[in-house]
Amino acid sequence: MFDAYPSAAPPIVDIRRVSRTFGDKPALDDVSLVVPQGGVFGLIGGNGAGKTTLIKHVLGMLKAQQGSVRIFGLDPVQNPVGTLGRIGYLSEERDLPDWMRVGELMRYTQAFFPNWDEVYAEELRDAFDLNRKSYIKTLSRGQRARAGLLVALAHRPELLVLDEPSSGLDPVVRRDILGAIIRTIADEGRTVLFSSHLLDEVERVADRVAIIHQGRILLTSSMEDIKDQHRRVTLRFQQPHEQPPALVGSLTSTGAGHEWTYVCSGEHVQLRSAAEAMGATVIDDAALSLDEIFVSRIPAKEAR
Amino acid sequence: MQIHISTGDGLPIYLQVINQIKYLIASGRLSTGAELPPIRVLAAQLLINPNTVARAYRELEIAGIVEKRRTAGTYVSEQGSPLARRERVKILSERIDALLAEASHMGVAVDDILKLVQVRYASIQSTRNDTSTNP
Repeated sequence: MFDAYPSAAPPIVDIRRVSRTFGDKPALDDVSLVVPQGGVFGLIGGNGAGKTTLIKHVLGMLKAQQGSVRIFGLDPVQNPVGTLGRIGYLSEERDLPDWMRVGELMRYTQAFFPNWDEVYAEELRDAFDLNRKSYIKTLSRGQRARAGLLVALAHRPELLVLDEPSSGLDPVVRRDILGAIIRTIADEGRTVLFSSHLLDEVERVADRVAIIHQGRILLTSSMEDIKDQHRRVTLRFQQPHEQPPALVGSLTSTGAGHEWTYVCSGEHVQLRSAAEAMGATVIDDAALSLDEIFVSRIPAKEAR
Repeated sequence: MQIHISTGDGLPIYLQVINQIKYLIASGRLSTGAELPPIRVLAAQLLINPNTVARAYRELEIAGIVEKRRTAGTYVSEQGSPLARRERVKILSERIDALLAEASHMGVAVDDILKLVQVRYASIQSTRNDTSTNP
């Protein structure tokens, strides 16, 4: 069952050439994004990159000013019932009704979702150590996130959307969230879209990623390809150089004199032959973490 | 099965899983016929994507190190042990290569390294003997 990814099924999220401005400030600029069925899609970018705006388009909370948004093949603004009923959503603010008790929140949310699974909801409540009688407003930040996660998961949504789910949470709650993502896709056919700036988490669980920066998608790729195609290579030149000699596919370079280190994208073999052609020897060649790849892709002055 | 995943050093996660399972077999901590955890169980334990575990198992299977049995389940194969020997040699060779590279940067000759290995071995032996006589 895990071999069938990416599946031939129509995409769960199909965003085409969407642009959006707030006043005269562009928030999304000609964004296209396809999330196939049955995997974990990680949306990564710095603060203010446009992640939340994009997610609000997926949920139909914002209408595309230009371009089109289709979720399960439907327009989420025109057809909120047909889309939202099949989506589980946890926002970064985890906005829950403060005046409710946990038990009331569960019953209230259940009313919106015909597929609500009471047994599963109860299992989650127990695993998350949430008391039915506790008021939402008295919950700690971590317990509040768990309550939000419970109501996002208990109707076993076809698409789970998490906007910065880990931000400001301790490692124990973050593990619960990652565990929930993994269990969600281990059930055949279900899909997760999550945004995060914690790139080690994205690297662990995502099988596709998109890098968004200043409202534009800089790169969309499978995790496998993005890891294969980025390397950190250190070259030793016969002559010292004042400036880094140009290398095909290099994104960033640091060094001095004889030794220069490049972060490059491209095929392994090509890099080596390019280096040889320049009369340089490869003295180090290493894979990069997603974090390092992300930093190399964002223009230096703007990286945060 | 003790596997530790780290995203810091850039090594793809499926390779970390493969390398560590090979290591567990080579060191005898996983023996022939031992059952590997199901994909979703290992994914949940390590907090990694199930597709990543599936890919690691698939590549171990292609290499003949593990085998799938009719009733689902993945097991360390019979061929595991000769392969384990080869794997032991490979793991040690990689360490030795790194040592030789570093020695060459420092201008230390191979003969001196061999001597140093003997010295270190003697030193480790004597500390072991000390601790075993004075617990």
